[in-house]
Amino acid sequence: MSVILWILAALAAISLSGWVFRLAGQKITGNSPRFRDMPFAVAFGYALAAAAVLGGVWLWFQPGATFFRWAVQGFVIFAIAAWLFRLLGRAVGTAGTRKLFRQMPLTASFGILVILIYAVLSIFAGVIAPYGQAEVFDQVNALPGGNAATGGNPDHLLGTDQIGRDLLSRLIYGAQNTVGIAFVTTCIAFFLGGSLGFLAATLQGWLDQVLSRAVDVLMAIPSLIFALLLMTIASAWAGSEKWLLTVYMVLIIAVIDSTRVFRLARAVGLNIVVMDYIEAAKLRGEGLRYLIFKEILPNAYAPLLAEFGLRFCFVFLTIASLSFLGVGIQPPLADWGTMVRDLAQFINFAAFSPLTAALPLMAAGAIALLTVAVNFVVDWMLHRTSGLKD
Amino acid sequence: MSQVLRIILQRIALGILTLFIVSIVIFTAVNMLPGDFAQAILGQGATPEAIESIRRDLGLDQPPIQRYFAWLAGAVQGDLGTSFAQANFSSFVGADSGGSDVTVATQIAPRFANTMFLAGVTACIAVPFSIMLGVLAALYRNSAFDRAANIFTLSSISSPEFFLAYVLILFLAVLNPVLPSLSNIYDGMEFGERLQKTLLPALTLTLVVTAHMMRMTRAAIINLLASPYIEMARLKGLSPLRVIVKHALPNALAPIINVVALNLAYLITGVVVVEVVFVYPGIGQLFVDGVKTRDIPLVQACCLIFAGAYILLNLTADILSILSNPRLRHPK
Repeated sequence: MSVILWILAALAAISLSGWVFRLAGQKITGNSPRFRDMPFAVAFGYALAAAAVLGGVWLWFQPGATFFRWAVQGFVIFAIAAWLFRLLGRAVGTAGTRKLFRQMPLTASFGILVILIYAVLSIFAGVIAPYGQAEVFDQVNALPGGNAATGGNPDHLLGTDQIGRDLLSRLIYGAQNTVGIAFVTTCIAFFLGGSLGFLAATLQGWLDQVLSRAVDVLMAIPSLIFALLLMTIASAWAGSEKWLLTVYMVLIIAVIDSTRVFRLARAVGLNIVVMDYIEAAKLRGEGLRYLIFKEILPNAYAPLLAEFGLRFCFVFLTIASLSFLGVGIQPPLADWGTMVRDLAQFINFAAFSPLTAALPLMAAGAIALLTVAVNFVVDWMLHRTSGLKD
Repeated sequence: MSQVLRIILQRIALGILTLFIVSIVIFTAVNMLPGDFAQAILGQGATPEAIESIRRDLGLDQPPIQRYFAWLAGAVQGDLGTSFAQANFSSFVGADSGGSDVTVATQIAPRFANTMFLAGVTACIAVPFSIMLGVLAALYRNSAFDRAANIFTLSSISSPEFFLAYVLILFLAVLNPVLPSLSNIYDGMEFGERLQKTLLPALTLTLVVTAHMMRMTRAAIINLLASPYIEMARLKGLSPLRVIVKHALPNALAPIINVVALNLAYLITGVVVVEVVFVYPGIGQLFVDGVKTRDIPLVQACCLIFAGAYILLNLTADILSILSNPRLRHPK
């Protein structure tokens, strides 16, 4: 009850300070239009923002607010890095890329920077990671921090897990496995959905009808639920061969997600096949393959690229969720979803050892960071191509 | 009016047809399992006689089409079969313990109610909140508030549910023990306590769905702002808030209703992960347990319920958007 009273009191105080702020602005600036025409809601917004900043500063100096300080530091570091990266992009490169970077919002350059970092991590995971992903050491459950006095081990910066594998290495290998598998899955989904979608759009007739109705039915089942159902069956098929289950998972998710790609590819394709240049190509006597690859595909490039980004996010999140639920990527492959599940109980130690509690959040945050980054880039691309300015 | 009724009946018929086909898909998928259930229950060392008797008991010796219709007829009457993990097969091995089988329906019913409660609480928080935020973002578009809201919502859409869930647990349950991190709900709990234990999963789901609904509300309103009648309202000298709430919002209602219903449908899949994180005794957790123990009747039934709810919500969205838009109400 007292919580609600506190919130009400804070709201009243903020409203009052907003009103005072507007009045003071009117008096000091001699009724300038900026303050004279300011609605109360805007004044309230300024007061709320000021209160939020003050609250943040107060929280920063609280002794227990380690996580808040980390979050703010992370945010600032990434913002500066994105800004520097944009500066670099504006200075280096061809005229085209320089122009691209000049018009880029900070969120998009942040996205591109993060995607580049993940790409490097996942390609060179074997070189960057200090140990192998399945290498087992003697000391189990070493605490992170590398301080031997507090139960850590200087050889393992982030500690070891319950059977003694180095967590930092597994986190880095997770980039290779989780991102790599999601990327392969998305590529298969695109190949499948894209080619069938274009085929349906070009040929139309019964093929289009059959494919479209089949896709309608598959899309009527929620994708995560359908994936879980099929994984049940796949796990019976795979038996004790864990790697086979991962292969099945890739295929299952690729098929489920290809239905969404099919929809888009067909819709885009239908808009293109009615164009005059397609008619001309048909009259020239070009074959189906030429029509799809040389005429339709180049013109469907922009929406498909944006869809690829979004689809990758969905696939990535689905795989992470499946792994988190325990039916996705199988051990000994290191993967972030499984890591979150295995390390989740450490979150209860947050008051005593913040770094230990941060372990599951690091793995989950690694997933979140990449999807956020891809979404920022896609958002910017859509904004740029749609010409939506207001 | 009769035409509206006809369109609605058409949609409902289409929905039932879809559900029927989906049930065929689910049944076929499950029947692609290698070996059969009886073998799976008894393990490798089972005698052929025991396997045979379980097969007969479960009706596995009949052809698939017959089994499908038996299953469908049962499902329509609320009989979803007997759960494998809970089934009492002791009589086959000779030791009759006298217990009765736990049917899938009795397992699902209480959990389904719990899940509906969670989804209901989430919807009560998320829908007003996101529409308000959407209207505000459209009102102060391109301001610092709009950009901050844009970045925040984009980030929360793209984060996995368990990330948001653990962040909320960290801040609201571990560091500041305001809410319980485990939602152990049981029957006969007081409403207030139940609400308190549901609040953290509901907040997580709210974060997930609010973003999408808010962005769609904002986009739907902004789309309309270029139309002449909005220009007219502005030229009349109406305040920006009044222009949006009185003139733009009613016309933007169709897409907003649509996205609200779609997000409620999304809630159904979102609950699976969130229920597992918070150990909330809902249907999603039951489903995941069923998947892990390969409890086929349970998985089948949960899948059918999820798909049914999904189709129902999509159907509702369809019908509501037809009703709210005169142009769709009177098709040429």
